Amino acid sequence: MIALKLAYRNLVGAGLRTWLNVIVLSFSFVVIIWYQGLLEGWNRQARRDMIEWEVGGGQYWHQEYDPYDPFTIRDSHGSLPEGLKAKTEKGSHTPILISQATIFPEGRIQSILLKGIDPKQKILSIPSEYVETDVEEIPAVIGTRMAKSTNLKIGDLVAVRWRDVNGTFDAAEARIVHIMKTNVGTVDNGQMWIPLKRLRNMMQMPGEVTIIVSDKDTAVSGAVAGWNFKDQDFLLQDITEVIQAKKVGISIIYLLLLFLAMLAIFNTQVLSIFRRRKEIGTHIALGMTRGQVVRLFTIEGAMHGILAAIVAAIYGIPVLAFSAVKGFAMPQAVDSYGLAIAEKIFPTYSAGLVIGTTLLVLITVTIVSFLPTRRISKMKPTEAIRGKIQ
Amino acid sequence: MKKLLTIFFLMSASTLYAQYPSGETILRKIDLNMTSKTRVFVSKMVIHGRRGTRTIESKSWGQGEEKAFTEYLAPAREKGTKMLKLEDKLWIYSPSTDRIIQISGHMLRQSVMGSDLSYEDFMEDPRLTNLYRADVTGTETVDGRPCWVLELTAKSKDVAYYKRKMWVDEARAVPLREELYAKSGKLLKRAELRDITNIQGRWFPKRIIFKDMMKKGKGTEFIIEKIQFDVRIPPRILTKASLRK
Repeated sequence: MIALKLAYRNLVGAGLRTWLNVIVLSFSFVVIIWYQGLLEGWNRQARRDMIEWEVGGGQYWHQEYDPYDPFTIRDSHGSLPEGLKAKTEKGSHTPILISQATIFPEGRIQSILLKGIDPKQKILSIPSEYVETDVEEIPAVIGTRMAKSTNLKIGDLVAVRWRDVNGTFDAAEARIVHIMKTNVGTVDNGQMWIPLKRLRNMMQMPGEVTIIVSDKDTAVSGAVAGWNFKDQDFLLQDITEVIQAKKVGISIIYLLLLFLAMLAIFNTQVLSIFRRRKEIGTHIALGMTRGQVVRLFTIEGAMHGILAAIVAAIYGIPVLAFSAVKGFAMPQAVDSYGLAIAEKIFPTYSAGLVIGTTLLVLITVTIVSFLPTRRISKMKPTEAIRGKIQ
Repeated sequence: MKKLLTIFFLMSASTLYAQYPSGETILRKIDLNMTSKTRVFVSKMVIHGRRGTRTIESKSWGQGEEKAFTEYLAPAREKGTKMLKLEDKLWIYSPSTDRIIQISGHMLRQSVMGSDLSYEDFMEDPRLTNLYRADVTGTETVDGRPCWVLELTAKSKDVAYYKRKMWVDEARAVPLREELYAKSGKLLKRAELRDITNIQGRWFPKRIIFKDMMKKGKGTEFIIEKIQFDVRIPPRILTKASLRK
């Protein structure tokens, strides 16, 4: 207790030097918690959006289907499996047929994916109800990114050319009936959503599908021959990996911040031991063991961490709370990265994050505070009282 | 009386129809002119794009409908680029990256270097009699030459263009104009065949102007500078190994 009191007095007595250290350290606290919270917020938002717009509870893929291999798309279609027919009719699964096509917006040529979706589906947030429109042309819903890249607006007509299942060219006009706004670029970029029935007719693929999306509550419905079930973890793997990589990348900034703060504390400790060698000698002469003196100085250093935590809480809590409520606006360019990123990310701070960061900083500060004090154990009290240091 | 009139009309119609040779006969004649067992040619492709005109020179070797090999000779930026088609697969070798890329499926239908020709169009040499049924629907004059107007309909389901319309030079049995239609009846491409020349006893167009009707632009000219039919092609040329050589 005496050590704590002494340490506190010495710290406060050091004045500006202490507060500079504390402010730098508190800044590290706030930045680490804020950035980790931001990544966690992005992770949660991206996962939620991807589940709602694309992944559902998981997907059955036709055995040939590989979204990263355009060569597979032509052959990856098959009849809706018997085992999933009833579930599809009940609405717990929704089939999607995927096909390649070419569009000619303003006479330019552009490759796209035509995706046939049931207008009545309720599993994904894609506004499929818009494609159930009585227009002569192919009613199509596109996303804002696609609309921007093709310069298409609601009501516009665009020529679509495709090849049916036999390889014969066909072409028709599509009318843009709706432009959807989504954070999930993978259901938007280079894609056109049209009624499933219409696409089946266009492709001469009656009753055929490429993937079947299950709802969030149903997930896997058992093995289906010729179809591979991909669960949420698999389908969200990309975003998980990106966020993991981001966390690793950003830890360099944490390390730099911590390093700066620790350097300041280390310097303070070295200086403090040098300037207070007479005091150290006196402490030992009056009967304190070397260990007790080391503890005193270590506690003094470690207290920087505690003070920093308090200071960080004073200005950090309002700042972090404000950020969590108002969100952090992402630059527009990020939208084109192909990752699910909202315009604003709302940081999420968990108790584990706050406690973990606090412990990390406190332990690091304690270790850094202890290191210079090892010199004390080598001091001779008589020399120290005279102001000499060995 | 009614019966007599019907018989009269039927007879006159068949008499008119009999004035034309059968579509099948014309197609066979076209195939004799346009297709060959093998062909080697040097060509120029003039692409009239939005930002100006580009010319690509190439040398091609073709064998039947399944195999073809093309090497770009100019401009310097494209020189050394090679394309190999074996059945429905196509590979492109780019010397700048020293990589071979396979193109298949939908990508085969993309335009070659921004032209109005797809990779398929560029490397195909279809034998029309195998793919289409033809009806002669009339006669018209194209470039001052009397032509039969032929409407071609695909015999099987797996033909790229379900319908074609051709204006075939009556005297030389070579198309002077061609239109390619989608199944829905939409006009997809138009070709004008010019500079019909007699080469090795067959009439062959030395200049073809392609126009992708869905795309903006003035079309692409395909000019054949030199062509040889039914010459021996060393087997190694039509293999993947030749792409990197």
